[in-house]
Amino acid sequence: MNKDIPITPELIAQHGLSPEEYQKIVSILGREPNYTELGIFSVMWSEHCSYKSSRAILKGLPTTGCCVVQGPGENAGVIDIGEGLVAVFKIESHNHPSFIEPYQGAATGVGGILRDIFTMGARPVALLNSLRFGNLSNPRNRYLFEHVVAGIAGYGNCMGVPTVGGEVYFDPTYDLNPLVNAFCLGVARREHIFLGQATGIGNPVIYVGSKTGRDGIHGATMASEEFDESSAERRPTVQVGDPFTEKLLLEACLELMKQNFLVGIQDMGAAGLTCSTAEMASRGGTGIEIDLAKVPRREPGMTPYEIMLSESQERMLLVADKGKEAEVAAIFNKWDLECVTIGRVISEKNFRVCENGQLVADIPVNALTDEAPLYVRPRQEPAYLKQVKTAPEIAEPTDYAQLLLNILSRPTISSKEYVYRQYDHMVRTDTGLLPGAGASLIRLKGSKKALALTLDGNSGYCYLDPYTGGMLAVAEAARNLVCTGARPLAITNCLNFGNPEKPEAMWQFEQAVNGISAACQHFDTPVTGGNVSFYNETSGEGIYPTPVIGMVGLLDDIDMRVTPWFKQPGDLIVLLGETKPELGGSEYLKYITGKTMGQLPGFSLIREKNLHSLCLDAINQRLLQSAHDLSEGGLGVALVECCLINKAGGLGVAIGLDSNLRPDICLFSESPSRILVSVKRDNLSALKKLATEYNVPLQSLGEVTPDKVSIQGLLELSLAELDRAWRESIARRLETR
Amino acid sequence: MKFGVIVFPGSNCDHDCYHVIKHVFNREVEFVWHKQPQLNKFDAIIIPGGFSYGDYLRPGAIARFSPIMSQVIDYANRGGLLLGICNGFQVLLEVGLLPGAMRTNHQLKFICEYVNIRVENNATPFTQNCAQGQVLRIPIAHMQGNYYVDPETLKQMQAQNQIIFRYCSPEGQIDEAHNPNGSLYNIAGISNKAGNVLGMMPHPERCTEDILNSTDGRLIFESLINRLSQRESTVVSY
Repeated sequence: MNKDIPITPELIAQHGLSPEEYQKIVSILGREPNYTELGIFSVMWSEHCSYKSSRAILKGLPTTGCCVVQGPGENAGVIDIGEGLVAVFKIESHNHPSFIEPYQGAATGVGGILRDIFTMGARPVALLNSLRFGNLSNPRNRYLFEHVVAGIAGYGNCMGVPTVGGEVYFDPTYDLNPLVNAFCLGVARREHIFLGQATGIGNPVIYVGSKTGRDGIHGATMASEEFDESSAERRPTVQVGDPFTEKLLLEACLELMKQNFLVGIQDMGAAGLTCSTAEMASRGGTGIEIDLAKVPRREPGMTPYEIMLSESQERMLLVADKGKEAEVAAIFNKWDLECVTIGRVISEKNFRVCENGQLVADIPVNALTDEAPLYVRPRQEPAYLKQVKTAPEIAEPTDYAQLLLNILSRPTISSKEYVYRQYDHMVRTDTGLLPGAGASLIRLKGSKKALALTLDGNSGYCYLDPYTGGMLAVAEAARNLVCTGARPLAITNCLNFGNPEKPEAMWQFEQAVNGISAACQHFDTPVTGGNVSFYNETSGEGIYPTPVIGMVGLLDDIDMRVTPWFKQPGDLIVLLGETKPELGGSEYLKYITGKTMGQLPGFSLIREKNLHSLCLDAINQRLLQSAHDLSEGGLGVALVECCLINKAGGLGVAIGLDSNLRPDICLFSESPSRILVSVKRDNLSALKKLATEYNVPLQSLGEVTPDKVSIQGLLELSLAELDRAWRESIARRLETR
Repeated sequence: MKFGVIVFPGSNCDHDCYHVIKHVFNREVEFVWHKQPQLNKFDAIIIPGGFSYGDYLRPGAIARFSPIMSQVIDYANRGGLLLGICNGFQVLLEVGLLPGAMRTNHQLKFICEYVNIRVENNATPFTQNCAQGQVLRIPIAHMQGNYYVDPETLKQMQAQNQIIFRYCSPEGQIDEAHNPNGSLYNIAGISNKAGNVLGMMPHPERCTEDILNSTDGRLIFESLINRLSQRESTVVSY
C-alpha cells in the first residue's frame, strides 16, 4: 500500500481525530493506517457522519408508530398515507457551507436533501426551508441572507420542485453562524421504495452522475468544527451545485427504478464516495471493492485520497443485478449522464479500494459505521439560565397603533414575501395553499387527499428552557397542521446546537431532545429521521439551541381544507385557548428590551392536544371559516395576518379585548395552545358547545369587517398602513444600505 | 385531437401540461423526447416551461440547437398550432419563430406570483374563448421575462395584432405599477404574424383547477381545444 505520506500527530489532529481515536484505528486495523485510510476514517468518524456525540441521546426519541414504514437510519423517513402511497421526507442542515459561501452552500443543501428523497424511489414534490440570520442592520448578514435565498431559489427552481414554505428568523445569536435547514417531501408507491444497501455477492457497484472533482474535500470534517476569522479560507471545502445535472439524475433514477434490476441506491453526499460505499455495504451486511481508476474525474492527477473524500455534487452510487450493467447504462446515457461500473459487492465485510490493481485502502466495513466512536459527553446546566429568567417590568405603551406597526415590521414577524416570491412555489400544480399561510398543503393527484407540511422551532424559547422549547416546537408544528384540517402523522428534526464538547451545549441538546421526545409521544407523531448539526459556534460563541421540527400530516379531503385568512365581513372572530400574562421569550419583550429573557409560558401537552382535537372536529363539522395558530407576536400579530395574508383581498376586524390583562400584554403575550378562528354567526353556539366538550376555553372577540383593523379603545389602522409595515419590511431593510 | 408536449433535458413543467390536457380536459397527449422528434401526428404542440439545459448561457439558447427544433420550425411554418410557455416562449424567441428577446427581470430576481394579464387579441386559436380586454389572473415564475423588441418591430407587431397579453391591474389598467418584470409595453405574450405560434411568460397550466386559486388558465386550453374541434369538423390537414 501507498505509504508515501507519513502519519504524524499533527496530521492526525488536522484530520479532526483525537489521539485516542487514532489509537482505536490502529487497533482495529492491526497496523498504522495509510494517508488515504486516515482520510476515510476522519470523515466517517466525524461528528457529521458518525453522530458520535448525539447517538446515545437520540435513542430516546420515539421512532415507531402505525404509519412508520421506515424510521431513522436510511436516507429518509417513510410513512404510509393510504391508497398504496407513502410520504418520504427528511430535513438536513447546510449551516457551515452557507456561512462560508452562502449561494453554493444553500444551493447544495437543497441538492443534497433532494437526492436523499429520490434515492428512496420517491419523486420530490415539495421543499421547505428553515433559515436563521443575524440582524439585517449588519451588511454581512444582508449578504448572507440574500445569497442564501438566491441559492435556494437557483437550485430548487431549476429542479422543478416547488419551495412551498418554511420560516425565517433574525436574531443576533446567528450573526456569525447562519442556519440553513432544507426539508424535502417526496411521494412514492409503497412497493417501490428503495434502500441504500449493497447485497448480492458479485453484483456490480455503479457510479452515476457528475464527474468527481476536487471540490468539497473534507466538507464533513469542516462541518464538525467551530469557526473563526480564518473560515473564509475554507471556501474550497464548499461544493458547487449543478441543478441541471441533478434534474437529469432525478429523471434517470426514477426511470431506472421502474425496472426490476436495481438492488440498492445511495446518494453521494457528505464524505462522498467513502460514505456511500461504506454505508451501503454496512446495511447490506457485505463488503465492497472498488477501482478508483474507473471513477469519472473532472481533472487529471487526483490522488486516491482526493477521489475518496471529494464531495462533488450530483453523484449516486447504485448496486444492480449482475448482467444488467448495459441496461442501466442505456437509461443514464439517454439523459447524457456518466454511468460506470466501478466495483462489485464482495462477501468479506471489507471496504477495499484499489487503483490500477494496487490496493490503496482496506478497512473492515464495521470499523467505519457501527464501530465509530460513541461518546456520552458530560452535560451541565448553563449558568446563564439563572440570570435570564427574570424580566423587568415594562411600562404600558401610550401609542398602541404605532406599537402594533413596529411589531409587525420586525423582520422575524413580518411577511416573508420577499423570500418566497423568489422561489417557484407553484410548479407541479399541487400547491393547495400558497406560502405565507402557516402550513403548506400538497394535493395528491388522482386522490382527494393532501399532505400538510410545516417547519417550526423557536430558538429563543429553547435558550430560556430547552426542554419546554423542544416541546413547544413540536406543539406549534402540530397546531399549524390542524389549522388546515390535517391530522399530524410524523416528524423529522434538524437539531442545530453548539459545541458538544462543552457540557452546557450538550445539556441543552439533551434537554431539547427530551422535550421533543415527550411531545412526539403525546401527539403520536414519531420521529422518522433527521439531522444533527453541532459546532454552530464562531470564535467560541455558540448559537441559541435551535431544534427545527418538520412535521407531515394528512388531510383526507382537500376540499375540506381551512385557510388562515378571514373570509367574509360579519363573520365572528373567536379565540380558542387562553391568554395569560406570559411575555417570557416573546417578540414583544425582545422589542422592548432587546433581549431574549423571562420565564417561558406555562405549557401543558394535554391542553395542547385538546385544542388540536377541537380544531379538527370543528373543521370536520364545517364550523370554521378560517383558522390560524398564534405564535410569535401573539394575538395582535395573528389578527393582522388573518386580515392581510390573502393578497387577492384583505379584510378588516372590529374587536374588543374584554380582558383583565393590560392591553399590550393581552395583544402580545405568547401563551401557547391558542388558535384564532372565524365562524359564521349561526355556527358560534355549535363551536361553543364543542369547545366545552373538549374543555378548551373560548373567547368571542368581535367580527370581520370590510376594511380597517379596529381594537376598541386602543387603535384603528387602515389595511394599507398595516400592509406597508408588514409586507414590505424586509425589502425595505435591504434597500436602505 | 392529440397534443404533444416536448421534453428537453431540464424541462420541468412538462408533467404539468400533460396533467392538465389529460386529466383536466380529458384529451390525448404524449411526451415528445427532444432526441426522437416525430411531430406529424400531433394537432398542437406545447413547449413547456422549465430550465432546458439548465438555462446555461441564456434561457433557450442551447435548446434551439436540439435535434427536435428543425421539425418544430417546419411544424410552425406549415401552420401547426404551437404554444410556448415561459421557457418554451424563450426557446421560440431564441430560434426566431417569434420576434424579440428576454432580458433579466428588472429587479434582477426570480419572481413567482399571481399577476393579471389583459387579453389584447381574442382572435387567435389560443384566446378565442376569452373576451377582448378580459383580465386573467394567472401565475408567473421566471428570472428572464423582461421582454424587449426594437421599436420598429414593435410597431409592426401592434399593427398586426401580435401582442396577445399585457400585464395589468386587476381592473385591466396597464401601467408601470403592474409590470412585474420591466417588460417593454407590459408585454406578457405575443404571437407570430400568422397567429399559429404563441409565446407567453405566464403559466396557464398552473391555474386550471379549483384548488389552485384561479381557473383562468382554462380559457387558453379551452380555446385550443375548441379550435381543434372546429378544425376536425371541417377536416383541414396540414
